Amino acid sequence: MANEKIRNFCIIAHIDHGKSTLADRILEKTETVAIRDMEDQLLDNMDIERERGITIKARAVRLKYTAQDGEDYIFNLIDTPGHVDFNYEVSRSLAACEGAILVVDASQGIEAQTLANTYLAIEHDLEVVPVVNKIDLPSADPERVCAEVENVIGIPAMDAPRISAKMGTNIEAVLEKIVTDIPAPKGDPEKPLKALIFDSYYDSYKGVIIYVRVKEGTVRVGDNIRLMATGAVFNVVEAGFMDASSLVNNGSLEAGEVGYIAASIKSIGDTRVGDTVTNDECPCDEPLPGYRKVNPMVFSGIYPADGAKYGDLREALEKLQLNDASLSFEPETSIALGFGFRCGFLGLLHMEIIQERLEREYNLDLITTAPSVIYKVTLTNGEIQYIDNPTNYPDPALIQCAEEPMVKASILSPSDYVGNIMELCQDRRGNFKDMKYLDDTRVELHYELPLNEIVYDFFDVLKSRTKGYASFDYEMMGYLPSKLVKLDILLNGDVVDALSFIVHTDKAYPRARKIAEKLKDNIPRQLFEVPIQAAIGGKIIARETVKAMRKDVLAKCYGGDISRKKKLLEKQKEGKKRMRQLGTVEVPQEAFMSVLKLDS
Amino acid sequence: MNDLGIYIHVPFCGRKCPYCDFYSIAFSPSALNAYTEAVLRNIKHYSEPERTVSTIYFGGGTPSLLTPEQLQNIVTSVRDNFALSDGAEITLEANPNTLTPEKLSKLLDAGINRLSIGIQSLLDDELKMLGRAHTAERAEKAVRDAAAAGFSNISCDLMIALPEQTPEKLRRSAERLAALPIQHISAYILKPEDGTPFAGSDLLKALPDDELSAALYLETVQIMAEHGFAQYEISNFARKGFESRHNCRYWKCQDYLGIGPAAHSCYQGKRFAVPRDIELFSSSAQQPVEITDDAPYGFEEKAMLGLRLTEGIDLRDFPEHRDSIERKVPALAEAGYINFDGSKLSLTPEGFLVSNAVIGQLIF
Repeated sequence: MANEKIRNFCIIAHIDHGKSTLADRILEKTETVAIRDMEDQLLDNMDIERERGITIKARAVRLKYTAQDGEDYIFNLIDTPGHVDFNYEVSRSLAACEGAILVVDASQGIEAQTLANTYLAIEHDLEVVPVVNKIDLPSADPERVCAEVENVIGIPAMDAPRISAKMGTNIEAVLEKIVTDIPAPKGDPEKPLKALIFDSYYDSYKGVIIYVRVKEGTVRVGDNIRLMATGAVFNVVEAGFMDASSLVNNGSLEAGEVGYIAASIKSIGDTRVGDTVTNDECPCDEPLPGYRKVNPMVFSGIYPADGAKYGDLREALEKLQLNDASLSFEPETSIALGFGFRCGFLGLLHMEIIQERLEREYNLDLITTAPSVIYKVTLTNGEIQYIDNPTNYPDPALIQCAEEPMVKASILSPSDYVGNIMELCQDRRGNFKDMKYLDDTRVELHYELPLNEIVYDFFDVLKSRTKGYASFDYEMMGYLPSKLVKLDILLNGDVVDALSFIVHTDKAYPRARKIAEKLKDNIPRQLFEVPIQAAIGGKIIARETVKAMRKDVLAKCYGGDISRKKKLLEKQKEGKKRMRQLGTVEVPQEAFMSVLKLDS
Repeated sequence: MNDLGIYIHVPFCGRKCPYCDFYSIAFSPSALNAYTEAVLRNIKHYSEPERTVSTIYFGGGTPSLLTPEQLQNIVTSVRDNFALSDGAEITLEANPNTLTPEKLSKLLDAGINRLSIGIQSLLDDELKMLGRAHTAERAEKAVRDAAAAGFSNISCDLMIALPEQTPEKLRRSAERLAALPIQHISAYILKPEDGTPFAGSDLLKALPDDELSAALYLETVQIMAEHGFAQYEISNFARKGFESRHNCRYWKCQDYLGIGPAAHSCYQGKRFAVPRDIELFSSSAQQPVEITDDAPYGFEEKAMLGLRLTEGIDLRDFPEHRDSIERKVPALAEAGYINFDGSKLSLTPEGFLVSNAVIGQLIF
């Protein structure tokens, strides 16, 4: 395979700006897929991705294209996740490419995520090929958008192909740009093997399939390969590429190529994205740069609504983890919720996706606790503790210094909403850094924000205060000291561990009041009065009461028709399963969930 | 063989009350004839000559629309096809307007020995609001006429928690009722049923809230006690020895056979119901039935029904569930919802008010 005929590239786009549709059109134009076999948006394999229009896991497809110069080219299209939670995966996918197609919506222009990913691509020395999509829309303004790309990103964009992926308009121009603008990969097939893992997934027949970009050397079936970060050695069973629908075992992969390796790998934990694959007998000197272990940022307790489903939940989490090494979980016991798991996620979206998959694919009814970040606590004796579960927060008397994780946030929005955004960020304890105009109507704001202020509902509120126009992106920036307190919720005098959380002192009172109100609304009247209290240490700072019920009776039983009473019994029995018994108080699942969404 | 109670559902009304969701249709003499024939056919069909029948209950609808002759034919048929006991309680639900002195004595002759009169209130404004066709005075006269005719077992219905009802209004109405020559009072908390005209009307807004409803109920229990009517079930009060034997069958899980459209039975080890269709009933050789439960009298059912009675349940009857129930006793007893003497468990009036929750808590 001559390297100069290979083009490795990815597509960068904001959600809804048409990445998947363009990918489908490219597949179609290169006749990789028979049109009748095409499902909409082929590259996104998971239901949730399809419904939310988000690409979660990267995939790579090999395509053949005969260009206008009469030559045949091999395209490797590497799909990248679009969301900030998966930033590291994005960076590894980019490292597998020489170029990136930047898809910009002809009416909406550049968004925060696109910008972040484009900068990432430029950092990786990728050739960025801008494409203006959705020119069929009445509100399309390709000239303005091209000017914006030039101003904001600083790359020439006036000759960017104007396309409509939906209508299939001008797709050839994009394909020609890939040939002419994106450089061919470099690399020597004779050198020791050096290949970058940019994705992996678990296949129940072949074991873990790793997606690689071979940078140097050649990998062949029968070779012993070593994964350098973990040191694990495997014998290659298949090496090849993926066409639109299946894996094609090619026997080998050479420098410059993108493809997959199957080597009877049992655990996805061995195959870390970013790791380097080399030949065990003839290893390369040093691994590729940029590898790091991905650490979860957001933690939450996940419990089965029906305690008897604990085993099912464990099994489901284990299965999900087969395909998602960034999901972590360990058993946890709550007095209120019984047996469950403390789960770690890359971010909020990741958390929501996991919860949704557990409920949808594994049919589990869940109670989740409020998401928590990892706090860094220095004790008076000098010991440093990292706290991801409010229950474990040390006694304030023992704390010398508490720190919380901060993020650098970037928000892009029409300038009309600057006031609303500033108010929101202020309210979330943000530090304003700067603001710049991208053009006459759009601004980019930079804030430093505590991660714990954005893990609840920041993005939802931002959307609602900007009529959906603002986009948001963030990256971690480390820890800063903060005035933190642990807030406990008591029902009928007993602390409910699952409802405790850590909050900034200034937020403690309003949050305590809000939670008490929410609980009052969501705990049904019972046979006994239920006091709800919020407390810091021993001090009660908010109180509500669920009054005892006064009337709950079927007065009449006529002519021996007891069907209504039986129905009621059945309902009570069912309802009981969804209730948690805390002392004498019955708390429904909804009450636990209600405190997660305080602003709605 | 256990003795049996027979329930006859008479689905005819002169007019439909706006709060009522029981099955009934406008009556016509010909429909009444066809219906009576079908009842007689069914009694024959279920015939068990050896089996003692100790209660018959004509419920409705407005069973007093049946002629004394029709009623007599039915009672006679029961006597011919079953062993109707000498002291059998034979109840007829009656609308005060249908009870004339002549009719009353004919009813006695027909074998009816207990009347359940649908008075509901003895305040004219409340009667009007409820859409009842009688006045308070007419109702009182009907009761006095019945007593004078020789009825010595009379029950009256009283509705509580009516729109705009206050404890004072309730007391006026209830005391007037308790002063009549009657032996039994059924006092029901009004519940707007979906689909009734009442549930769609503005009156709903004037309904007492839970707090006031509870106060009205407890006031009723108090007034009844003051006048010698002891509570024996959530909604039923009687002078000693006049508890409705038929209705107690329901709470005590004793057999009853229901005949007529919308009638329910617990008979020969099954619960079943007849479809709410008068045409179908009258034209069928045997009433069609839908089985609703083929294994009745389980623990949950027995406990749920038994706890509606002031005598409650005896935990010695439920050895497997005793520990689980007893664990829940202290908190409920302390709150005043139940009485427990170590084996007998019963609800207090405060407990009856929230009996769904109390019973649910005890048995689950």
